[in-house]
Amino acid sequence: MTVALETTDRHGFSPAQYLVCLKGIVWREALRFIHQRERFVSALVRPLVWLFIFAAGFRQVLGVSIIPPYETYVLYEVYIAPGLIAMIQLFNGMQSSLTMVYDRETGGMRTLLVSPFPRWWLLTSKLLAGTLVSVLQAYAFLLIAWFWEIEPPPLGYLTLLPALLLSGFMLGALGMLISSLIKQLENFAGVMNFVIFPMFFASSALYPLWRVKESSPLLYYVCELNPFTHATELIRFALYEQVAWISLGVVLGCTVAFLFGAILAYDPARGFLARRNNPGG
Amino acid sequence: MKPSELGRVAALEVEHVGHRYGARVALNDVSLTVRQSSFTVLLGLNGAGKSTLFSLITRLFAIRSGRIRILGHDVVDEPAAALSRLGVVFQSRALDADISVRQNLMYHAALHGIARKRADELIAQVLDRVAMADRSRDRVGNLSIGQMRRVEIARALLHQPRLLLLDEPTVGLDIKARADILAHVRELSANEGIGVLWATHLIDEAGTGDDVVVLHKGSVLALGTTDAIVGQSGGVDLRDAFNRLTGSADQDELETPR
Repeated sequence: MTVALETTDRHGFSPAQYLVCLKGIVWREALRFIHQRERFVSALVRPLVWLFIFAAGFRQVLGVSIIPPYETYVLYEVYIAPGLIAMIQLFNGMQSSLTMVYDRETGGMRTLLVSPFPRWWLLTSKLLAGTLVSVLQAYAFLLIAWFWEIEPPPLGYLTLLPALLLSGFMLGALGMLISSLIKQLENFAGVMNFVIFPMFFASSALYPLWRVKESSPLLYYVCELNPFTHATELIRFALYEQVAWISLGVVLGCTVAFLFGAILAYDPARGFLARRNNPGG
Repeated sequence: MKPSELGRVAALEVEHVGHRYGARVALNDVSLTVRQSSFTVLLGLNGAGKSTLFSLITRLFAIRSGRIRILGHDVVDEPAAALSRLGVVFQSRALDADISVRQNLMYHAALHGIARKRADELIAQVLDRVAMADRSRDRVGNLSIGQMRRVEIARALLHQPRLLLLDEPTVGLDIKARADILAHVRELSANEGIGVLWATHLIDEAGTGDDVVVLHKGSVLALGTTDAIVGQSGGVDLRDAFNRLTGSADQDELETPR
C-alpha cells in the first residue's frame, strides 16, 4: 500500500490524499472538456442563438421597465443575458448527468465508484469539476456578449464568480440526482422535455415575473417556486454587484437538498442502483 | 500491507450471498473462496449471475444477505480497506478514449489517493508488466481492443491490489490476443501472489490446475480444482462436466416446479 502518511481518517486517507483525488477528478473533466470541442462550441452557440435571434426579434415586442438591479431602461438582450448564463449551466448540469448515465453504461461511473474514497467525496468532486467547466462556458459567453452591447460593470464580472459557482453546483446536483433515476441513455430526450424546457420557460430568464403575474397568477407562483428562477436572479444581481438575498437562500437550500438526494441515490445501501441496474450477466 | 494479510487469509471470501431483482432471483446462497495467488475461474453462461456477483463485490450494489470479505476486510463494514485491495477489469469499457493511456492511469491513481510522483513510477511499472510501456503517450482510441484490455489490466493493477477481478475480459478479442491476456494474468497470480477471479463463459479458458466455480442460474453447482470437478461429475473433460452439471440442474428445475 502507498498510504500511511501522518494523519489519516477512518477510511485510511490523509487530507492530502483527499485533495489528490479531487484534483484528479477535476483534471480529467478538464481534459475531456479540451478534447470535446464540439461540446464547448454547442454549449456556446445555444445561448448565442437565443441572444442574436430570439432577443433581437423580441426587443420590439417586450419592453422592460426599470426593475432592480437595473437603474435605467435596458435592452431586452441585456435583460435575458443572465437567464442565458443560467441556461448554459442548466444544460451543462444535465449534460454531466448524461455523461454519468453514459459512463454508467460503459465503465466510467463504475471506475469512479469503485474508488476506496467515501462516495460523497467522489460525487462532490465530480460536481465541482462539472461546475468549473460551466463557469468557463459562462465567461466565454459573456465575452462574446460584450461585443453585443451587454456591458455589465467591470467589477460585476468578479462578483459574478461566487454566484456562478453556487448556481452551477445546484444545477449540477440536480442533474446528478436525475441521472440516478434515469435508466437509460435515450431518456435524455425526456429530461429535455420534462426538466430543461419547463424549468427554463417557467422562470424569470426570458421575462420579468411581474409581466407573468399580469397574465397568470398561478404561473407566477410556479415561477417563484422554480429554483431556476432563483439561480437566474442570483446571477443577474451578482452581475451588477448586488446580492439577491432570497435567491441566495433558495439556491443554497436547493443545493444542499439536491446534493444530499444525489448522494443518497448513489449510496449502495439505499439500493437505487441495485433496483435500477440489471447487468444481466 | 498488514502482516496478517501475508498469511493464509483468503483473497476473497463470499459467504451465503443472495441477490434478487424484484421477484427474479439473480444469486441464490452463493459461497466461494479465492485463495491468494490462485487463478480461479468463475464459469457460467450469460445470465448466470456473474456480473451481479461482481457488482456486489465492488460495492456497486448493496449486499442484502450474506457477507463478502476481501483479504479479511468486510466490504460493508470496511469498504475503504476492502476496495483499496481490489482491482477490477469490468466487462464494459472503462477507459476514456479521448485521452492518452498515461492520462487514464493518472486519473485512476488519483482515485486511489496516489500523488503524481509516485503515480509516475507505478504507471511505468504496470505498463511495463503488460508490455505497453511504449504506448503510454498514445490516445486510447488509437489502440486495438487487445491493447485496450491490457491497459485496463494495468489500470486495475496500478494501486497494487491483492485481489484482481476480471469480468469476461476476453470478449471481442481474437484468438491470439485472448491467449496473450490469459497468459499475462496467469503469470501475475503465480509470480506476484495476486488472487485472481476470472469470470467467463468460455470453458476452454480454465486450465488443469485452476480452481473452478461453476455458477448456473444464480447457484453454485460445483467448486474445486478442474480435475476434481471433472472427476465428481463423471465427465470426460470440463466441458462435458459443465454440460452434465447444468443439464441436471435444469432437469431438476423441470421436475420440481416452484
